[in-house]
Amino acid sequence: MVCDNCRERDAVVHLTQIVESVVSQVHLCEQCAAARGIETTVAVPKHPLGDFLQAVQQQAAQLPGDAARCAYCGTSLRDFRASGRLGCAQCYGAFEQSLRELLRRVHGSTRHEGWRHEGGDPDVMEREATLVQLRTKLGKAVAGEAFEEAAALRDKIRGLE
Amino acid sequence: MSLDLSLLPDGGLQWLIGSGDHAGIVLSSRIRLARNLAGYAFPTRAREGERLRILHQLRTVTPGLASLKDAAFVRVDECSPLERQLLHERHLVSRELAGLDRGGQVAPTGAAVLVTGDTGVMVNEEDHLRLQVFRSGFDIPGALRQAERLDAELASVVPYAWHQEFGFLTACPTNTGTGLRASVLIHLPGLVLTQEIGKVLQGLQHMGLTYRGLYGEGSDVLGNLFQISNQTTLGRSEDDLSDQLVRVVQRVIEREEEARSVLVRDAGYIIEDKLWRAYGTLQHARNLPAEEAMNLLSGLRLASGMQLITGLSVYTLNKLLIFSQSAHLSHAAGRLLTDGEANLARARYVRQILANEARLPG
Repeated sequence: MVCDNCRERDAVVHLTQIVESVVSQVHLCEQCAAARGIETTVAVPKHPLGDFLQAVQQQAAQLPGDAARCAYCGTSLRDFRASGRLGCAQCYGAFEQSLRELLRRVHGSTRHEGWRHEGGDPDVMEREATLVQLRTKLGKAVAGEAFEEAAALRDKIRGLE
Repeated sequence: MSLDLSLLPDGGLQWLIGSGDHAGIVLSSRIRLARNLAGYAFPTRAREGERLRILHQLRTVTPGLASLKDAAFVRVDECSPLERQLLHERHLVSRELAGLDRGGQVAPTGAAVLVTGDTGVMVNEEDHLRLQVFRSGFDIPGALRQAERLDAELASVVPYAWHQEFGFLTACPTNTGTGLRASVLIHLPGLVLTQEIGKVLQGLQHMGLTYRGLYGEGSDVLGNLFQISNQTTLGRSEDDLSDQLVRVVQRVIEREEEARSVLVRDAGYIIEDKLWRAYGTLQHARNLPAEEAMNLLSGLRLASGMQLITGLSVYTLNKLLIFSQSAHLSHAAGRLLTDGEANLARARYVRQILANEARLPG
């Protein structure tokens, strides 16, 4: 079926019009339909992660590569762009500005509304909190090649574990 | 290490039992929570030593937790490729944790899984912990309550990676916040045959949901089986996200039931013929490739749902689906089968189950 308007291209839009009780059908090609202001393409939502990474790319382009690097695990925004994965919890702080924007795009919000845990056995949690601090220091010591300090920290961690 | 599946409570397959609401259409309901421990890099960035320490830490604390005290512990990184494939076919571990996404030769260091009844924890997957609860049939609220208990127990002994505003922190920001994926595995042959499925799937996206194949992310839709789940994880509570899924899936079940009625009304003998042919092929075939088996088994499930073939319980249908997969056939044979051998073994297995368990009406 050809387009009723241009008589050239195939009609892909089939409109039923009712004017003063008279029903008529109009068949239009995509271009002629668009020219009359009729939306012909269904907006298919893109994969949110695709949008997300694209936005990261735009953000990263505005920043010098090294400035956007997590001090704890060394992940850069470029790494994140390539893999779609953050390196550690601290990345959320390092890239907070970019991530807040991106989380809003993906989820429509940045504020967690779900469960919160108040914490458990105080002794266990205190030991675990100390371990968290020690492991963070260990990561930094290894990254900074302070091996003596790293060895001492590792022994402390093993003792607590 | 040789994997002794008899050590896993119910073989890790309690959900196959076929109980629960709408079990003829909804095979299983699953809740997954992504969690990370504070103080370690996420698994893909963590050094091998860190991954092993995470594993050690988990092994130390989990025996004291009510939800996991009887859990079997499997070091996935010490399993053979066949054993890892087997765990994956049982939905106990993801492709990624089984190392199947990198050719299957090795699993990531420190990859492990804890399994008990309907509950499990994957360790060192994309996130340090992936808590999961499976329920037979349509029971998202039951799975969510169980997952909540397990999560609270774990949170009392290990500190989670947490952000005051963003909530639970995950390696992929699409999981940040609740870390929740609520999903159902649903059989929709009626909507596929009436060609309504496209509209239904498009509708899901507008409702903030998404769909995948039987084996999750990146897997093909086979045998008219779809996994429907939430898409976003942040800004709404776990209950809200789950309720939304339940509401939409209820509507999808109604649409599927309507489609089946339409098929019977408008094309009764065509459908009946199609299903009986599927049944005949499964009863007599000597060579049954995996994909063909999935599609024929879908026909059998529909025939059973429409009462054309009786005497097949939902449990038998679920069992046929999982135990006719390649690694299960190899496991039963006691050696690694080639694809050709697996096709013969699959045909034999299906024939045997049908001969023993199917009964014709009247």
